[in-house]
Amino acid sequence: MKNSFSRRSFLKTSALASGGMIIGFNLFNACKPDVKPSIDLSKLNYNDFNAFIKISPEGKVTLFSPNPEIGQGVKTSMPMIIAEELEVAWDDVYVVQAPLDTKNYTRQLAGGSQSIRHGWIALRQTGATAKQMLVNAAAAKWGVDASECKVSEGVITNTKGETLGYGDVVTEAAALEVPEEVTLKDPKDFKIIGKGKGNVDIDKITIGKPLFGIDYKEVGMLYASVLRPPAFGQVLESFDASKAKAMPGVVDVITIGEKARTILNEKPNWTVQLSKSNKVVVLGKTTWDAIKGKKAINAVWKEDSKLESTEYHDQVLMDLLNGNKFNTRRKDGNVKQAFAEADKVIERVYESPFLPHNTMEPMNFFADVTPEKVRLVGPVQTPEPAAKVVSEMLGRDLEDISVEMTRMGGGFGRRLYGDFVYEAAEISDKIGKPVKMISTREDDMTTGVYRPSTKYKIAASIKNGKLTGYHLKEAAINGNMYGLIPNFFPAGALENYQVDTANYKSNITTGAWRAPYTNFLASAEQSFFDELAEELGVDRVRLHMDLLDKVKQNPEPKIEYSPERLQGVLKLAVEKSNWGSAPEGIYQGLSVYYCHNTHVAEIANVAMENGIPVVKKVTCAIDCGILVNPLGAMNQAKGGVLDGIGHAMYSDFGFQNGVPKSNNFNTYQLIRMAQTPKVEVHFIESDIDPTGLGEPTLPPVGAAVANAIYKATGKRLTKQPYSLNMNVESSIIG
Amino acid sequence: MPTFTLKINKKKYVVEADADTPLLWVLRDHIELVGTKFGCGIGQCGACTVHTDGEASRSCLIQVSQAEDMEITTIEGLSENGDHPVQQAWKEIDVPQCGYCQAGQIMTASAFLNQNPSPSNEEIRSAMNGNICRCASYNSIEEAVKVASEKLS
Ligand code: FES
Ligand code: FES
Repeated sequence: MKNSFSRRSFLKTSALASGGMIIGFNLFNACKPDVKPSIDLSKLNYNDFNAFIKISPEGKVTLFSPNPEIGQGVKTSMPMIIAEELEVAWDDVYVVQAPLDTKNYTRQLAGGSQSIRHGWIALRQTGATAKQMLVNAAAAKWGVDASECKVSEGVITNTKGETLGYGDVVTEAAALEVPEEVTLKDPKDFKIIGKGKGNVDIDKITIGKPLFGIDYKEVGMLYASVLRPPAFGQVLESFDASKAKAMPGVVDVITIGEKARTILNEKPNWTVQLSKSNKVVVLGKTTWDAIKGKKAINAVWKEDSKLESTEYHDQVLMDLLNGNKFNTRRKDGNVKQAFAEADKVIERVYESPFLPHNTMEPMNFFADVTPEKVRLVGPVQTPEPAAKVVSEMLGRDLEDISVEMTRMGGGFGRRLYGDFVYEAAEISDKIGKPVKMISTREDDMTTGVYRPSTKYKIAASIKNGKLTGYHLKEAAINGNMYGLIPNFFPAGALENYQVDTANYKSNITTGAWRAPYTNFLASAEQSFFDELAEELGVDRVRLHMDLLDKVKQNPEPKIEYSPERLQGVLKLAVEKSNWGSAPEGIYQGLSVYYCHNTHVAEIANVAMENGIPVVKKVTCAIDCGILVNPLGAMNQAKGGVLDGIGHAMYSDFGFQNGVPKSNNFNTYQLIRMAQTPKVEVHFIESDIDPTGLGEPTLPPVGAAVANAIYKATGKRLTKQPYSLNMNVESSIIG
Repeated sequence: MPTFTLKINKKKYVVEADADTPLLWVLRDHIELVGTKFGCGIGQCGACTVHTDGEASRSCLIQVSQAEDMEITTIEGLSENGDHPVQQAWKEIDVPQCGYCQAGQIMTASAFLNQNPSPSNEEIRSAMNGNICRCASYNSIEEAVKVASEKLS
């Protein structure tokens, strides 16, 4: 695969005053399909770029990773892609996250499963362009044609066998024009991509160096603990801070909320997470002083909107499923008719609770608002929108605002929302001092942006032993499945197919949670297919292979998945797991799913131990295109599977009169080591462009486990968390 | 506020803090040893694990007033050069994902292996069960503890 690309406007190179050269590129623009430079490229301004390659006169290469790290390994894998095309040895590469210019550095693209997919070509072009310029400089020095030169590990060689290192020509290279065209490597020549590379921050992590937002500190900084309404639907009425103010470690007690409310009123359509209520903020000399001071506040809250409970949510969602207020999202053929003519119609309801993200590092942010500038530092995935809201809220120019991203102790979607950034900014603005807002676990869990509780009703018709229709209905809190999902499997496989959605607007804040919607939809759909196969009396694998064959014969342009790739992962998982010939006492359940551009099949092995089903092993087959970093990919895939099992099996979250029922890990269960099976991961070999891995292994596993438990116990599980709806105590808490 | 004398990583520190301040916050905010992490504050997650007299302890549950006579070791003091067998194993296996829980995992594992240098898989799984990893890097943690135990024996 040889690719030539025209010169792209997202690249700019420049000589450094200290010697060496720097290439800046704007991944944010480069990733968009129509690249229109919105910036003046006549000068290299750090503000306009979000990623850099720096080559020093000694030939040392520093790659400024464009994406912050939330645990998906992008801080390692993205530089690997640049280094590959740049032709340098990985050991000579130094990767840093820190922005070059903390004052102006605001334009950064934040992670997600899609980072690699979108950045793939842009990152390669950047590396290749830098290499080409260095080669051109060497060729000019020798007076030979650049095409006669070869490069390996940062050393350029000509036909006479003379060599020049990158450092020897870097000054000249920086003065050259950016080449019009560069050629990308053939994937079979990759030396770095496809080889397992360790996490670039591993040394610092294992000795406890400050890396995370919560570790960030500045001289004179105060710590802020925020008292927010205990229930969704309440606002602050009054409070008494006299006890808190008398504490020696408490510096001040203030309220915030006015500024956030002003924007809410001015821009009612903004979908940012801003609360209507005032909040009480305790400022302490240390975190503990602030937390302790907050506990001493006596606050009175009043009801502002309905205080909702889980029973109420269950009722409204069931009413929606049984009602007729649906939006039809895709309709093929006529399901109604197929159902009327069927020999049998099977219908099941699947239910899931709200879920908090519970990133291991609780929400926190640093803000320093002065008359000159607004400096924001911490773990956030969306620095650009955060800066925008803060600029509106504080009435400041966007240029005065800088956001610096730290390593993040987990994201799972929570750090896409900037509520904690706005709070920190509003506090610092009000007290005129640098401040660090820190949430306790209780704050974090009870004032979250939750995965919305969702229910599905799935019905299918069978006629003459064949599947003739499929009707999926979704009832969810606040929002519904995104637009691509109705085109996922089984769309295209059945003549009569319909997807309907309905929602209920709640005052509980909800948002994206690792693999939004599919994180539960996959469990529902793939459990349903297990029942269908049983009802049809066909092997589960056969049923899927046949349906996918139909899609292949009748390709339908709108479908999102590839039937070939789904069949590929299914075959691989079946082969690696000994599907159908598992040893005595092992019960297997299967699930196969496409989401986030990646195809995955998973098979869970369950054994009965003391009358309790225990997941012993999960075999996972993945097609995510080219594997950039197999080591990181393996970690991601395994983590996704175990996270999926944990939340499908154990984690429950509900409300009582607007108040979350659990607030810390003593009442909310996350999966622990003793509950984890071995995860075995197999990748499809591929030379297709890479797709994401942060999310796709999570959704299918719930059904793989439920289907295996069915075989072991004869009980179909339709309501998550399964352990609470199985009538067995299946968890071991440490 | 009262003052307390603490022995951390073989060094003496005098801190001024409320007597009920958890050791965790003394380490993080007073002494600037931020490798020890805050996860739950109630002894449930293990992110704050340190060694007190060689035992793995939850620093969020120890008040500074109780810590004066203890020999405290944090992740920063586990080894001179970051080369404790457990740290080496963590690097070999490339355990961390987001990395936030890992200092606590390493401190739990190192205290455990000190007492039981060649544990069975079941012993590892139960010893590590008090440490939550939200990224669910559990398979790798388990493997790394095994690798570290081989280095130790
Ligand atoms: S912070 Fe101490 S156990 Fe969680
Ligand atoms: S690596 Fe993220 S919490 Fe363990």
